[in-house]
Amino acid sequence: MKSFTNANPRDVAHAVALSAQAHGANRSVSFAGGGSDLLALVKDRIVAPDVIVNLKTVKGLDQVAAAPGGLTVGALVTLDALDRHPVVRRDHAALAEAAGSVATPQIRNVGTIGGNICQRPWCWYYRNGFPCLKNGGNTCFSANGENQFHAIFGGGPSYIVHPSDTAPALVALDATFRVVGPAGERMVPAAEFFILPRDDAKRENVLAPDEILASVHVPAARRGTRSTYHKILDREAWTHAVVSAAIVLELEGGVCRLARIVLGGVAPVPWRVPEAERVLVGQRITPELAAQAGEAAVSGARPLAKNGYKVPLTRNLVRRTLVELAARA
Amino acid sequence: MVTVTVNVNGEPRTASVPPETTLLRLLREQFNLTGAKLGCDVGDCGACTVMVDGKSVNSCLMLAGQADGRDVLTIEGLATLERLHPLQEAFEQLGSLQCGFCGPGILMSAKALLDENPDPSEQDIRDALAGNLCRCTGYIKMIEAIQGVARADGARPAPKSA
Repeated sequence: MKSFTNANPRDVAHAVALSAQAHGANRSVSFAGGGSDLLALVKDRIVAPDVIVNLKTVKGLDQVAAAPGGLTVGALVTLDALDRHPVVRRDHAALAEAAGSVATPQIRNVGTIGGNICQRPWCWYYRNGFPCLKNGGNTCFSANGENQFHAIFGGGPSYIVHPSDTAPALVALDATFRVVGPAGERMVPAAEFFILPRDDAKRENVLAPDEILASVHVPAARRGTRSTYHKILDREAWTHAVVSAAIVLELEGGVCRLARIVLGGVAPVPWRVPEAERVLVGQRITPELAAQAGEAAVSGARPLAKNGYKVPLTRNLVRRTLVELAARA
Repeated sequence: MVTVTVNVNGEPRTASVPPETTLLRLLREQFNLTGAKLGCDVGDCGACTVMVDGKSVNSCLMLAGQADGRDVLTIEGLATLERLHPLQEAFEQLGSLQCGFCGPGILMSAKALLDENPDPSEQDIRDALAGNLCRCTGYIKMIEAIQGVARADGARPAPKSA
């Protein structure tokens, strides 16, 4: 493995300063939360930081704080802790279920919510060191290559899919991210945090080089709200979603007042499908209506040569998840 | 170089290593604890699984510096000179391992599971082993061994409260 130096910040502002200082000295920097994804990328020589700013030493970012306005989840909270947190499980089931569906127990015990949101793509061309758009090249090899697991929405010029399970859940739950950088902090709605390759193919989110995702705010669940996260895998364990759906429904007397449906595994960003949501609002969710919403969800799909199977998979996942969620007591 | 002190199997151990050293290499190359194995080196196979502060982790994906000041339990910490750990005994009884390369990782994942959940369902066991690959024995005899230990433990009288 390439050698690097460790920087251990006291707090978030110090972490930002250490990063800026290293960049000022013309050294490359990576932030590490749990470090699992970063260390694998460094070993595979996909990234080669001179300095790793180890966020684990920042105090207080590993807490979940529940208040009447909602939950504040520090970026260093592990996926395992999130999956087990009683308030998250009760009020924001989609987030607990998404966190619990990530990778393996060993990864969830170390991996953080911040790192899960900010992990790099798992496209096999990128991870195997092809000179692709994500690796600083000018080609997306998946466009006309092995694109079985690539995007059916929002692709071009890169066709990666966003690999995070928690990201679609957080967009569906209308979360806001607190981002800290050299100029101070800013609040970014989860829905605006992720960026499409057509806007910038080099990165997956709005974080500037010295910026850190510090915490996630999930607004309190409104009365009658329920949520879930369903994930389809090509094997039973330890992989990313082929297709996933995070759905939040607000029901009043059996009638849908609000629906947010966000898909994972199908687009370079968590992919919201307002076409499907509109089918549901003001209606009782019957199996027939759920099937219509599934149809609407895939109406904008543009599959590549080898991932057309994702279209019926997505359609049926949305239908099944809606039926199951609407029936929950 | 970074100086790291880790409480390994109940004993404080210190070493000075380059910052890119993983916990796995620290254990194997500095402390001569070669039970945890280097398999894929990227967190896919789980052969390097150890427990840190009571949780199973991939020691190949944790830097030695991240383990500084923490409690690490490796496969070498399970048995005593007199006796195997009940999980090891059960694996031996049922022939749950063939080549054995994955064994230390599997056993640490099983121990982490039973420490948190003494009465796991079969699905709980399968979920707990999701991060450990075995390429020769298969998983059925491992699951049976872990179930056997859980049941034996459940049959034991509850400890008297102090």
